[in-house]
Amino acid sequence: METHVNPGSATPARWRRRLATLLGGLGSVGGGLAALLLPATEAQAVDLPEDTAESMLHVYSGGGTRASGPALLVRKRVMDGLALSGNWYVDIVSNASIDVVTQASAYKETRHEYTLAADAAVRDTLIHVSTTHSTEPDYLAGSASLDLSQEVFGGMTTVSFGATRGNDTVKKKGSADFLDHAQHWQYRLGATQILSPRWLMSANLEAIADDGYLASPYRSARVFGAAVPERDPRTRSSRALKFRVLGDISREGDERTSVHADWRIFRDNWKISANTVELGLSRHLGDKALADVFVRWYGQTHALFYSDNASVETLYVSRNRQLADFHSLTLGGQVQYTLHKAPGQYELQLHGTLDLMQFKYADFTDIRTGLPYKNTASIVQVALTASF
Amino acid sequence: MTRPILTLLRRWLPALGLFAALGGCAPIEPWVKPYERERLADPVMKLSRTSLGDKHFEHVVTVREAGRGATGVQGGGCGCN
Repeated sequence: METHVNPGSATPARWRRRLATLLGGLGSVGGGLAALLLPATEAQAVDLPEDTAESMLHVYSGGGTRASGPALLVRKRVMDGLALSGNWYVDIVSNASIDVVTQASAYKETRHEYTLAADAAVRDTLIHVSTTHSTEPDYLAGSASLDLSQEVFGGMTTVSFGATRGNDTVKKKGSADFLDHAQHWQYRLGATQILSPRWLMSANLEAIADDGYLASPYRSARVFGAAVPERDPRTRSSRALKFRVLGDISREGDERTSVHADWRIFRDNWKISANTVELGLSRHLGDKALADVFVRWYGQTHALFYSDNASVETLYVSRNRQLADFHSLTLGGQVQYTLHKAPGQYELQLHGTLDLMQFKYADFTDIRTGLPYKNTASIVQVALTASF
Repeated sequence: MTRPILTLLRRWLPALGLFAALGGCAPIEPWVKPYERERLADPVMKLSRTSLGDKHFEHVVTVREAGRGATGVQGGGCGCN
């Protein structure tokens, strides 16, 4: 009796073997790191992120711009040590911002973003790989990421590192001849440390390099009061370092309450220097609810080639207010309410978020009024999540 | 001839001694035992409630601020053009 190899069944098995070999190799890298850091530490098994389904409606409204849409995320453990996830995110943008109303006419467009990801737990290393694809009528962006995290020192420290490579295609509506590209490289390194039974701290470093078309084909700069197409450098590199301290401040028997403080320092070779400071508090409100509040301050200096109205001709010139000297203040709050909980089976939660933002520009003039531009904005998110 | 060697030894001997002393140390013991981490595992110590919400907030600030990175949230696309 002849036996036939069924390609339909052999192929998945081969792919599983290749995947196992790849993940094993990556796990060895993480294992090697742990051995380097502390040879005598006992290896610990890490847990995969829990199975979850999230759905969210989001709205950003402010400064003449409204962006809203749905978003979905599903993550499921498909085999021992491997979870897959998919994410769909939509931005329906109606834009009549100051740039648009003073230089062009209001427009509407929709952006779709898809992400596929896999999480694998190999020995004491958690590996995350993902690919994202974003499309809008005049901008396509794709990226691939790899991140590894590992517990060391008996679970007291978690170290992580990762990288992302992105490719963008830039088009211009109404100008079929315009086509340009940009590439992005991101490298991350982080560590989270347990300080005591109540306190944690973390430090994260990220370096980003860009190469290609980094301006906007629509935006104009002002030189001697006249509008000219903006000219940005085609390369940029930046680094950011963020510190976080997080601790439980509740007394025995009281509702659990935590506070956190973040500080991020940012520098780039366009001479932009920025600081972000955030303070927050989280507290249980009975058995079913949990509230978070935070205040975030962000401030930056302008780019070397930024000018509100240039009085000399230079190679590069921009009036992109994202590169201006400005600061913003955000006040945010969120309530999480547990709708249903079946211990050991699933948990259904409703989340409501409201953030209020204020932007104040030091050197970006609202040419309609002649005054420095400022605007307020709000972010609303309503999410339903299920973990099981 | 021996002078440079002595200078080198004088400069590096304390460092070598420190390495030797550290090499003899026992592995660092976790000073917070797993059974002492109950408060650290409470939901109030988890700053991210929904990954979609984090992603949305990160996208909003990334297209408005020049500062970027080190947030632990991966964004994608532009939505700012």
